[in-house]
Amino acid sequence: MKALCWHGKNDIRYDTVPDPSIEDARDAIVKVSSCAICGSDLHLYDHFIPGMEHGDVMGHEFMGEVVEVGADTKRLKVGDRVVVPFTIVCGECEQCRRGNFSVCERSNRNKALGDKAFGHATAGLFGYTHLTGGYAGGQAEYVRVPFADTTHVKVPDSLSDEQVLFLGDIFPTGWQAVVQCDIQPTDTVAIWGAGPVGQFCVRSAVLLGARQVVCIDRVPERLSMAAAGGAITIDFDEESVLERLEELTHGKGPEKCIDAVGLEAHATRSLDSMYDRAKQAVMLETDRPHVLREMIYVCRPAGVLSVPGVYGGLVDKLPFGALMNKGLTLRTGQTHVRRWTDDLLRRIEEGQIDPSFVITHTVGLEQGPDMYRVFRDKLDNCIKVVLKP
Amino acid sequence: MNHPHTSATSSLATADRVARGLGYFSLGLGLLELASPRLVTRSLGMEGAEALVRAAGARELLTGLGALGVNPTPALWGRVAGDALDLATLASGLSPDNPKRDNVKAAMAVVLGTALVDAMAARALSERHVRPRHGYIADYSQCSGFPRPAAAMRGEASDFETPADMRADIGSGPRPAPVPIRLSDTDQ
Ligand SMILES: NC(=O)c1ccc[n+]([C@@H]2O[C@H](COP(=O)([O-])OP(=O)(O)OC[C@H]3O[C@@H](n4cnc5c(N)ncnc54)[C@H](O)[C@@H]3O)[C@@H](O)[C@H]2O)c1
Ligand SMILES: [Zn+2]
Ligand SMILES: [Zn+2]
Repeated sequence: MKALCWHGKNDIRYDTVPDPSIEDARDAIVKVSSCAICGSDLHLYDHFIPGMEHGDVMGHEFMGEVVEVGADTKRLKVGDRVVVPFTIVCGECEQCRRGNFSVCERSNRNKALGDKAFGHATAGLFGYTHLTGGYAGGQAEYVRVPFADTTHVKVPDSLSDEQVLFLGDIFPTGWQAVVQCDIQPTDTVAIWGAGPVGQFCVRSAVLLGARQVVCIDRVPERLSMAAAGGAITIDFDEESVLERLEELTHGKGPEKCIDAVGLEAHATRSLDSMYDRAKQAVMLETDRPHVLREMIYVCRPAGVLSVPGVYGGLVDKLPFGALMNKGLTLRTGQTHVRRWTDDLLRRIEEGQIDPSFVITHTVGLEQGPDMYRVFRDKLDNCIKVVLKP
Repeated sequence: MNHPHTSATSSLATADRVARGLGYFSLGLGLLELASPRLVTRSLGMEGAEALVRAAGARELLTGLGALGVNPTPALWGRVAGDALDLATLASGLSPDNPKRDNVKAAMAVVLGTALVDAMAARALSERHVRPRHGYIADYSQCSGFPRPAAAMRGEASDFETPADMRADIGSGPRPAPVPIRLSDTDQ
């Protein structure tokens, strides 16, 4: 079959690879009808996440039709139309029973590697590093889905691929980022990043009733989409983020801050960003925590920092004194996708939101390699790319 | 929205590969210039210019690291500027009393050649990776995802209850009455 494969920094290829097959009785094979490129894929493309191997199949946002099931797969049958959550879940371990799906204790088949890197391994993820199991991803014609009975969301034929595809990642990711802020009707929520995740954070914060939603980026078309969703926008290239946030909150700072940028944060005219870039170039630091620093500094005391943005390794010069003394709550994590999808699917069906608003490009899978570049470099007004195998 | 895009088998185009090659070349040359500047000055008959050679070496290391990074474009333009500097420095070795004049000429020819490759690669990279300065900016003001104006959607999902393990504020109910603060033992 055809698939997008990782071959090193900046090198994604449209390759021919062997078709997946059932390896375990709890597997299913899904024929992909639509998949997407995520900001997390960009961290792999830019090779900031360790544990990738040449030829790894990329992609963790995908959906399609079940074409084969293993003998122990009870709840799925051939022909079912499913969205596949990017976090693979066994559904039975202690963490899964608590709904902490992204730290499922059984789905990471490289547990030893994960233990070594993070102290304790986290869940298996599709199309991601070998630290999270190294499972082949969904930017392909077919995917093997392990623990298929629990790792799927059935979707009705009445909704299009474009309306439900993002249930596998970015919609629940934006939603969880806001949910873990525990929004109050009096809250100002500041969201760094107007990429696809930031966009869903904005919509989720509005739906969950925040008084004021602010979104920070420097890409004009992304800011315009954030404004369309109800956000006040700040262009960090043009204005001071700290000053504007103080102004909008009468000098008190936002109660809730969300980092939807992650480890490749950019900064303009700031000393710390030059420091990070230099350290990163000579490999003394893996991540650029500019947004974390800004959030810790500007957040209202006793406020909440929510970090859906991905970090891979070590950060430097984090103002932990401010974090501690201000009594901030820090919440993080890969998304417990399956925990939110039933509720979110209902909201899509009821018409509360149509997630397809974020799609700017739809092309064939064979154009995937080039779309990585277009998406990362913010060319052609690109915000979200959907690929059709 | 559909946009035509040329399909490529790899996300790396020729320009990206050339930039990578130039990056390794830069690193090698930089290390040489830093480690043995005398070797360079002697072969050019320019003894005494070791400090300049070292500086050029440091610059090569920087642009080399940059060219091997995620975004090589600025480093490649940096190399173009560096080539110009090198040519100017070399030109001072062209004086008729320099017995190694021919070596200097050969070196200048090599730098000129590299400069050409650098400039071509830098231009191609800019075209491939850099947002055009005054490019068209799409209007996404209609892409709200909501059935009604965003202002009317505020709190539409208030039927949602924050799960107990994610409460971070004071729970999702109404705010509790302020906690009284007793200032002294006699306060009631
Ligand atoms: N936790 C999860 O489960 C999960 C799921 C999906 C994505 N993610 C992560 O979320 C992050 C965002 O994903 P995305 O798809 O939106 O990616 P993206 O790269 O499209 O968006 C990032 C945005 O941040 C902006 N940005 C850069 N520096 C900034 C700064 N200093 N201040 C404000 N904005 C800045 C960029 O211009 C860009 O628009 C990534 O780190 C991704 O890995 C996490
Ligand atoms: Zn993702
Ligand atoms: Zn589990």
